[in-house]
Amino acid sequence: MKKLIVLSLLICCFLFDGIAQDESTLINKVKAKIEQVNDYIAEGNLKTDVSFIKAPAGKIKVWFKKPDKFRLTREKGISILPKGGVSINLRSVFAENNVALGAGESVIGSVQTKIVKLLPTDENSDIVLSTIYIDTSALLVRKVITTTKENGTYEINLYYGKYSNYALPDKVVFSFNTRDYKLPKGITLEFDESEKPTDLNKLKNKKGKVEITYTSYIINKGVDDRVFK
Amino acid sequence: MWKLLQIELYKIFNRPRTYIAFGAITALIAVIQLGLKADGEAYVDFIMSGLKDTFDFEGKILNGYLVCYVILQLLLVHVPLLISLIAADIISGEANMGTLRLLLTKPVSKTSFMLAKFFAASIYTFVLLLWIAVLALALSIFLFGTDDLIIQKTSYVVQITENDVFWRYVGAFCFAFLAMLTVTAVGFFLSIFAENSIGPIVATMSIIIVFTILSTMTIPVFQKIQPYLFTTHMVSWKEFFDEKVNDQNEVVKGSIQDPQKIIDSALILVLHIVILVFAGIFVFRKKDVLS
Repeated sequence: MKKLIVLSLLICCFLFDGIAQDESTLINKVKAKIEQVNDYIAEGNLKTDVSFIKAPAGKIKVWFKKPDKFRLTREKGISILPKGGVSINLRSVFAENNVALGAGESVIGSVQTKIVKLLPTDENSDIVLSTIYIDTSALLVRKVITTTKENGTYEINLYYGKYSNYALPDKVVFSFNTRDYKLPKGITLEFDESEKPTDLNKLKNKKGKVEITYTSYIINKGVDDRVFK
Repeated sequence: MWKLLQIELYKIFNRPRTYIAFGAITALIAVIQLGLKADGEAYVDFIMSGLKDTFDFEGKILNGYLVCYVILQLLLVHVPLLISLIAADIISGEANMGTLRLLLTKPVSKTSFMLAKFFAASIYTFVLLLWIAVLALALSIFLFGTDDLIIQKTSYVVQITENDVFWRYVGAFCFAFLAMLTVTAVGFFLSIFAENSIGPIVATMSIIIVFTILSTMTIPVFQKIQPYLFTTHMVSWKEFFDEKVNDQNEVVKGSIQDPQKIIDSALILVLHIVILVFAGIFVFRKKDVLS
């Protein structure tokens, strides 16, 4: 009987270790695919969708250089981006030393994905937890939900097209929480403004979205470091 | 009529008092621009503090367009007081100097005489607005450059692209001219009833101040009368700086959120001007001028 219990426990240990190794292997494969891109320059369109901001869509340019240099600028005009959110790219999520835990499966769109939770081992890391939805057949990350200490929780949805071989998305949608926005009338001098109940209800929607649709990538052609200054 | 107008314009622009308004506006705008040039980033950080907790902004928020908007918000409340210095003096000033009766001995009708006076005051108002436009807009663009215009309303934020701003300022200044012309008409009307300029000037200023206070207080009793006050409609120039959004919350470029509000306010102001001018002419025609 005792031998049977010990044997069962040993089998369980190997089993759990095997499962954890599966997640780590998967993460490493996804990482390897992402790592083939040393740098890129991308062009695209940025759309900010926040209930209390009326902002026009605009063209943007993005520069990236390994390991963590990232810059996004609007070609013309002022860009409004969620604090710290847009620079959270896949590399920053995978760059940390993490413990990977399996958390089941989910269907995103029509794609079956495996859910992996990444817990950073570094206590000083800004990222508290990342939940990653991985398309195991294509080794692509479809969705990331990242909780940070400083900037709350972001959800990043990635849509791939012709650059899927490089794990570079055609479209990225950042969803984030927003706070109520209200300024005193004494500051805005808007004494004539009256808010209708329907407007107030709309403004209480506390989720914001930023959509970046990439139109082109120039991959691994070199990026000058001066761009990031 | 043209000759009369020329004479009235000469009288207005030949008096030192006329240039008080120009001097005051120049000083005010210069002070605001200097202050923003020196410490504008701190001002922008302060007004954007609520948003900067959640968002990162990249670009030149403090630019000529924003500076002009700030100046107009502050100035267009006070410019009516400066306009009343000339408009309320237009008839009573002549009575005070004893030249009114003499002027009416000319072979021109009282109506032509009054219209010439009103048009001269209107031209003065136009020149004053033009001066504000040159200093507030042109000089601000020169000093601060241009970029998108970000305006914070009480419960939402509007971002207008750089190439979609200028025509809005042209519209806003045209509307502001109509608003200031209403003040001119008020001063012109009150000027008929006095033989000393101080009375109509103070009366015009008092009406502007009281009506402005009534227009801005959100008390239910006052809100019933606010649509009937011309000061409520004078601020509708701000409607040029609000945009429509489509179903995807994307700005529709070149749009105005509520164009009907601008049209309605403009019509109400025109109605005020027409009523005040014609009432003034009617009263003056009946009046026995003894001074």
